[in-house]
Amino acid sequence: MDSSLDRGSPAITGMWEYTPKLPKFASLMLLWLAPLIFLALFYFFPLIKILGLSFSRSDTGWTELFIEALISTSIRRVFWFTVWQALLSTLITLAIGLPGAYLFARYEFRGKSMLMALTGIPFVLPALVVAAAFTSLLGPRGWINLALMAMFNLSQPPIQFINTLTAILLAHVFYNTVIVLRMVGDFWSHLDPRLTQAARTLGANRWQTLTRITLPLLAPSIAAAALLVFIFNFTSFGVILILGGPRFATLETEIYYQTISLFNLPLAATLAIIQLMCTLALTVFYTRLTLRLSTPINLRSRRYTQRRLSNWKSRILAACLITLLIGLLTTPLIALATRSITRLEPELGQETLFTPSLTLDFYRELSVNRTSSLFYVPPTTAIAISLGYAGVTILLALALGLPAAWALARYPHTPINKIMDPLLMLPLGTSAVTLGLGFIVALNRPPLDLRTSILLIPLAHTLVAFPFVVRSLTPALRSIRPRLRHAAMVLGAPPGRVFRFIDLPLIGRALLVAATFAFAISLGEFGATALIARPEYPTIPIVIYRYISQPGAMNYGQALALSTILMLVTTAGMMAIERLRIADIGEF
Amino acid sequence: MPIRINKFTVIGLIGVIILGACAPLQPKTPIVSLQSAPLTPFPTIEATQELSVMTHDSFAISEEVLNVFQNQYNANVRFLKSGDTGSAVNKAILSKDAPLADVFYGVDNTFLSRALEEGIFETYRSPILAVIPDEFELDPQHRALPVDYGDVCLNYDKAYFAQRNLPPPQNLVDLLKPEYKSLLVVENPATSSPGLAFLLATIGQFGEDGYLDYWEGLVENDVKVVNDWEVAYRSEFSRWGGTRPIVVSYGSSPPFDVIFSEEPIEEPLTTAIVSDGSCFRQIEFVGILKGTRNRALAEKWIDFMLSPQFQDDVPLQMFVLPVNPKAHLDETFEKYLAIPNNPAKVSPDQIAANREKWIQAWTEVVLR
Repeated sequence: MDSSLDRGSPAITGMWEYTPKLPKFASLMLLWLAPLIFLALFYFFPLIKILGLSFSRSDTGWTELFIEALISTSIRRVFWFTVWQALLSTLITLAIGLPGAYLFARYEFRGKSMLMALTGIPFVLPALVVAAAFTSLLGPRGWINLALMAMFNLSQPPIQFINTLTAILLAHVFYNTVIVLRMVGDFWSHLDPRLTQAARTLGANRWQTLTRITLPLLAPSIAAAALLVFIFNFTSFGVILILGGPRFATLETEIYYQTISLFNLPLAATLAIIQLMCTLALTVFYTRLTLRLSTPINLRSRRYTQRRLSNWKSRILAACLITLLIGLLTTPLIALATRSITRLEPELGQETLFTPSLTLDFYRELSVNRTSSLFYVPPTTAIAISLGYAGVTILLALALGLPAAWALARYPHTPINKIMDPLLMLPLGTSAVTLGLGFIVALNRPPLDLRTSILLIPLAHTLVAFPFVVRSLTPALRSIRPRLRHAAMVLGAPPGRVFRFIDLPLIGRALLVAATFAFAISLGEFGATALIARPEYPTIPIVIYRYISQPGAMNYGQALALSTILMLVTTAGMMAIERLRIADIGEF
Repeated sequence: MPIRINKFTVIGLIGVIILGACAPLQPKTPIVSLQSAPLTPFPTIEATQELSVMTHDSFAISEEVLNVFQNQYNANVRFLKSGDTGSAVNKAILSKDAPLADVFYGVDNTFLSRALEEGIFETYRSPILAVIPDEFELDPQHRALPVDYGDVCLNYDKAYFAQRNLPPPQNLVDLLKPEYKSLLVVENPATSSPGLAFLLATIGQFGEDGYLDYWEGLVENDVKVVNDWEVAYRSEFSRWGGTRPIVVSYGSSPPFDVIFSEEPIEEPLTTAIVSDGSCFRQIEFVGILKGTRNRALAEKWIDFMLSPQFQDDVPLQMFVLPVNPKAHLDETFEKYLAIPNNPAKVSPDQIAANREKWIQAWTEVVLR
C-alpha cells in the first residue's frame, strides 16, 4: 500500500491541476453551466425577489430589522434552541448511525437489503404520519403505555412522550439515521480492509486502528452526512410543530408563524436570512474541512471488503446492532401498519378499545369515492403520480448533480469551486415558506410562468435532492486517484471513455445512493408540494393529509392505510434500486 | 456492464414517468375537460370559457355539482390549491399584480381584514345575497361574500362522563371547576385555526380585560395545549384513545363522526357544547380577484357557490355548513347538529388589529 505517498499528493495534484489552461477553465464552466442556470432560475431569483419584496414592506431599513431581531430575547431564545436541538440530534444520529454503517459496510448477511430498505422508510414519511406512528406506540393510550399500565396496575399512562424534547430528538434520529447509514456505509464498504489489517499486523490495537486509520479515511463522508443531518435538523418544521408542540420553536417554525399567521414579512425575511447565513457558515466550514480531509485511496469492490458473519463475536455484534436499528427505526412503522388494519373506534358506551379486532375496511374504502368528490384519486393513481414526480426528480437531480460534483471533485482548488461548493447547500437551509412565496412572486411572467405548472413540483423536489446528490457523489469522485485517469489517458482513451470506464464504474454505487435519496425526497416531500397548486395531481403524502385532517374514524383509518401503502411503495422502490446494485452495476 | 444497466434504469424511469403522466389523464368520468384542458397545447375550437378558482387545500366539490356549472356556461373550471388558509391568502396578496386566478375562495373572518386591506378583491353584489342572513355578511362593500361557516366549540366524550356519573360542563366558566381538572385539551392559537377561534371565543366572552384571567384559571386547572387539531382530536381526546375527554373541535364534529364512522353507528359518541358565548363562528368567503379577465363568468361562479346547488354539497365535501338557509342538510345533520344561537363575537377588524398582541399575551400566560 502506498497510501502514505498518496497522503501528500492532494496538494501536489492540486498544483498540477491548477495550471491556468483555457481548456480546463472552459470545461469547468461547461460543467457548471446547467447547475448554475437551474439554481439561478429556480432558487436565487425567487429567493432574492421575495426577500426584496419583504423588506420593501417594512418602514425601517433592513439593518434596523436585523438589530431588532438580534436583540430580541424571544428570537435569541428560538435561535439557540434551534442550534442546540440540531446539534444534539445530529450527535445522537451519528452515535447510532455509525455503528449501523459499519455493519452494513463490512458484513454480508441474509435480509440485509430488506433491512436497508426498511431503515430508509422513515425518511419519506410526512411528519403527521410519523406523529401518528409514535402516538400509536408511545401515546397516552399507545401500546407501551397500555402494557405498562396493565403490568403495574397504573391508572394513568406512565410515559409522557408527545410534546417533549425527547419526542423531537427521537423523531430526528428516526428520520435522519438513514443518511448516515447510506452515505457513510457506502463509502466504508469500499475501504480496503487491508489498510486496517496492515495496521493491526504492525501492532496497532483496535482503538488505534479505528482512530488513526479508519476514521480519518471515513472523515469526508462522515462530515458530509453530519452536515446534511445537521441542516435537516436545523430547519426542522413538522417534527417541532407536531411532536414538539407549543413550547418549542425553531427558526423555521417562527418564520412560518411570522409569515402566515402575522404576515410580518420583513421579520420573516430577516429570520430567513439568519437561517441562510448559518447554513452558509456551516457549509463553508465543512468545505474547508473536507478539502483537507480528502485522501485519494484505493476503493475496493465489496466483494473484497465484506465478510459473512462467521464467528460468534461478529454475530452477537450484528444481532445487537440489528435489534437497535429495528427497535428504533421500524417499531413505530410496524405500530402504524398494525393500526391501519385494526378497528379504531371503541364500542358505544365503552371508553377505549379493549378487544381490538382486525379489518381491511380502510384499504377497501380507499378505492371508493364515497362523496363523489372531484379531487378524489384512487390509491393506484396517487402512487403513479408520486412515482412520476420521483422519476423526473431523479433524472433532473442526477443530470444537474453529476456535473456539479464532477467539477467540485476534479478541480478542487479553483476559485469558482470554492464559491460554488457552499452555495449548493443553501436550498436545504432555506425556509420552505419563504421559497414557496418566492416562486409566486418571481415566476409570474411567460415563459417562466410556472406558478400553476405541474413541473414546479419536480423542480422543487430537485432543489432539495440536488445537494444530496452532490454530497453523495463528491466524496466518491474525490477519492478516485488521478493516476488511474492519467494511465487511461496515456493509453489513449479520450475523456469520454475515461469517464465511462474509470469514473462511472467507480462512482456507480454512489450514483445509486444519490438516486435513492432523490427518490425518497420526492416521494415524501410534503411542504412544498402542498403549496403548489394542482389538486388533480396529488402525491401520496398530499392524499394522506387530506384524509387525516377530516373528521371521522373512516378518514383517519384511510390515512393510516395509505401511509402503510406509502411505506410499501418506498420499500419496493428502494429494493428495486438495491437490485440494480446486486446486479453489480457500477461494481468493479 | 454499466452502460447496459444504465439504459435499463433510464428506460424504467421513463416508463415510470409516462405511467405517472398518463394515469390521471385516463378519463374516469365524462368530465375529461377539466383535466385535459391545461394540457392541450392549442385552444380548443369551440369557445369554452376558462375560469380559475384559487382555494385553500380543504376545498372540495363533487363532480356532478361542478358539471352543472360547466355545462350551463360551457366553461372549464380549473382549481388551484394553495396550502392552508393563511398561506392561500398570502399567495393571493403577493400575486395581486399578476393574479393567479379569477376567483379566490376560502378567506375566513380571521384573515378577512388582511385580504380586504391589501385590496385583492373586486366588489360584486350578488343577487343571491338577498336570501343570506345578514349576520354572515361581514364586508359591507361586498368584496368578500360569505359561502359557509363552522362553529368552533368544545366537544366532550359522552361515555367518559356517563361512566363516572359526572355531569358534563355546560359553558366556558364550568371548565374552571375542580371536577374538570386535567380534562381539557386545546390547540395553540399561533399554529391552529380552531385554536385561534377558541381564543377568540374567550375574548368575545370575557372581554379583552378578562380573557387572560380566564386562561390563568384554565392553566391552574391543568389545560393541555397541542399545536394541531389532528393531535388534539386524534391523540389526546379520550374518544380516540387519549386521556382528555374535553377537546376544542367543531360544532359539526359529532354528526361527522356518525357519517364517517367505521361501522354504522346510531348516535354520536360525542357532544358539542353550544351554550351562549362558548363557541366562535368561522365564516369563509369568496371574492372576485382584482384584474380578472373573466369578470362575467366569475360573477356566475360566485352566484353558483351561493346557490342551493353548491350549498347542498358543502357539508359532506368540506365539513362546514352552508350559509344559504335554502340549502338542504343531510338527515344526520338535521338530527345531531347543534348550532349555537349566540356564538361569541369578535369583528375581523379587531382580529386583524390585535391578533399578534392577543396571541403573544396568551403565550406568556399559558405556555411560559
